[in-house]
Amino acid sequence: MTDTVIDRAARATPPSVARRVRGVSDRMLAWIFVAPTIFLLLSINIFPLIWTINLSFTNYKANRNRPVEYIGFENYHRILTDKDVWLTMQATAHFLFWTIFFQVLIGFALAWLINRKFKGNDLWTTLIVLPMMLSPAVVGNFWTFLYQPQIGLFNYVVSFFTGADPSSFSMIGQVNLAPWAIVIVDTWMWTPFIMLICLAGLRSIPDYIYEAAEVDRASKWRQFWTITIPMALPFLMLAVLFRGIENFKMFDLVVLLTGGGPGSTTELTSINLKREAFEKWRTGYASAYAIILFVTVFGLASIYVKALNKVKER
Amino acid sequence: MSGYSVTEASPRQKTIAAVLVMTYTLITLMPLVWIIATGFKTPADAISYPPKVIFEPTLEGYVNLFTTRTRVTQEQLQAMGPPQTWYDAIVRQYDMVIAGPSRYGERFLNSVIIGFGSTFLSVFLGTLAAYAFSRFKVPLKDDLLFFILSTRMMPPIAVAIPIFLMYRTLGLSDTHLGMILLYTAVNLSLSVWLLKGFIDEIPREYEEAALIDGYTRFQAFVKVVLPQASTGIAATAVFCLIFAWNEYAFAVLLTSGTAQTAPPFIPTIIGVGGQDWPAVAAGATLFLLPVMVFTILLRKHLLRGITFGAVRK
Repeated sequence: MTDTVIDRAARATPPSVARRVRGVSDRMLAWIFVAPTIFLLLSINIFPLIWTINLSFTNYKANRNRPVEYIGFENYHRILTDKDVWLTMQATAHFLFWTIFFQVLIGFALAWLINRKFKGNDLWTTLIVLPMMLSPAVVGNFWTFLYQPQIGLFNYVVSFFTGADPSSFSMIGQVNLAPWAIVIVDTWMWTPFIMLICLAGLRSIPDYIYEAAEVDRASKWRQFWTITIPMALPFLMLAVLFRGIENFKMFDLVVLLTGGGPGSTTELTSINLKREAFEKWRTGYASAYAIILFVTVFGLASIYVKALNKVKER
Repeated sequence: MSGYSVTEASPRQKTIAAVLVMTYTLITLMPLVWIIATGFKTPADAISYPPKVIFEPTLEGYVNLFTTRTRVTQEQLQAMGPPQTWYDAIVRQYDMVIAGPSRYGERFLNSVIIGFGSTFLSVFLGTLAAYAFSRFKVPLKDDLLFFILSTRMMPPIAVAIPIFLMYRTLGLSDTHLGMILLYTAVNLSLSVWLLKGFIDEIPREYEEAALIDGYTRFQAFVKVVLPQASTGIAATAVFCLIFAWNEYAFAVLLTSGTAQTAPPFIPTIIGVGGQDWPAVAAGATLFLLPVMVFTILLRKHLLRGITFGAVRK
């Protein structure tokens, strides 16, 4: 197919023009091609970021029309010493740790099973992937229906297997259950993500390594721990990086499931930030908060990527 | 086939693996099946205990999704005579009449306009930038590429604060254009990275041949590279579309009426005494089905798309 394109190109070109590259220089063209992207990112990402940094040193409130005062690091100081902020950080850490824990466990197991290459594994892989492609807001909203005491499907299934009364517990209404309710939905939604990446990792391991191990009479168990796991690890770590960043930013799914409640048990940092910025309208304070979050994600991600590169080099 | 292989699982192992994977799939698809089923239930069936698996399907949820209704008295109902249409008949069982269309149609249309608009822009700009990054020596290339990626690390709420203020000043709040520009900017990181991967895979020799034949660089790009990259461009477009389609945080904070998309709207569909679950489920079904179809079409490029091109099969 490509040959025909070039053939046609060659035939359509008058010989006199050939051998002479015309038009704007490559350098010019490169800039013309990159400029719109850079411009858009500057105006919608960088300019707002700089503005946020600026606002973070003020006591600006977006719903009031009063003169803005610069108050230095006051906002930063207040956030870092606020007990409620640390509680939301704890909620976020709980959410991050357990979602990644379950997703890695189930996702890797699924990838390992699918890599047994049974008949029709492609079809099942495609079906498993469906939840993660859907709108978290729409799906999260529907899960509140599944979580209803008495009538919800989730409660019914739990009561079917455990014998507990389906109206005796409320996944999103109880302080002790709500943090797990959001972990369950996130795990349901994003396990396929880890699975897909792990599957790519497992498929990248060449057969001859196992064949060599077999010749050396290494047990299957030993092969799993000395070949499979180390060779799939960079992929697994990459998957965890993506999930980590995404779940640190988590907003839509959880806000529609629990709205941060009951109380503030599931109030993740993004939800807390939204409260400060768009309900209490403490714009300056929220800007400082946003900068702290950004620096945290960026810092953690950079350290993690360094570790990832070390693992890759091994 | 070479017969025995140490890496090939035994038939028994395969069966066990298949059974486990299928069980997981069926469990994980239950919520989705439940959404689709609830859309065809009556409100009474939807909240019955135990949950009804077998029920008489009705289009009530869909009628409620697309209409607003008002309650009327028995006398008024009798005065109106027999219902004219099947959806009138459904509504009248509950002593109500259709008062007009709901906002779901508009919101869905907004999702389509904003989704396709931003997808077109981000793929268009992304293709140009990706080509430049792939073929030319752009100063600070690695820094620029990393910068483009790092824009994704900001929590959407953090981005929304200055955007909200900026749009308020520029008059872009709650407009289609504002949302299209915002989603384009967010999607650009994905489209540049993905497309750069796809274009990297096209051998340079093709363009060089065209250049020697007297094509300008731009002509070579349009006539040689673009046709070669069409699959990658299509896959990238679908990923951008799915992101814009599913996005909630920006939509809920920056739109309230004219430009509101479906995700912030669907959870607000309420009936008598709380959410009208069959109508919500009907709205969700119509909204989620296109994405399910696209996912199945896209399955070969899925891995690449979700990892920004970091993992290729």
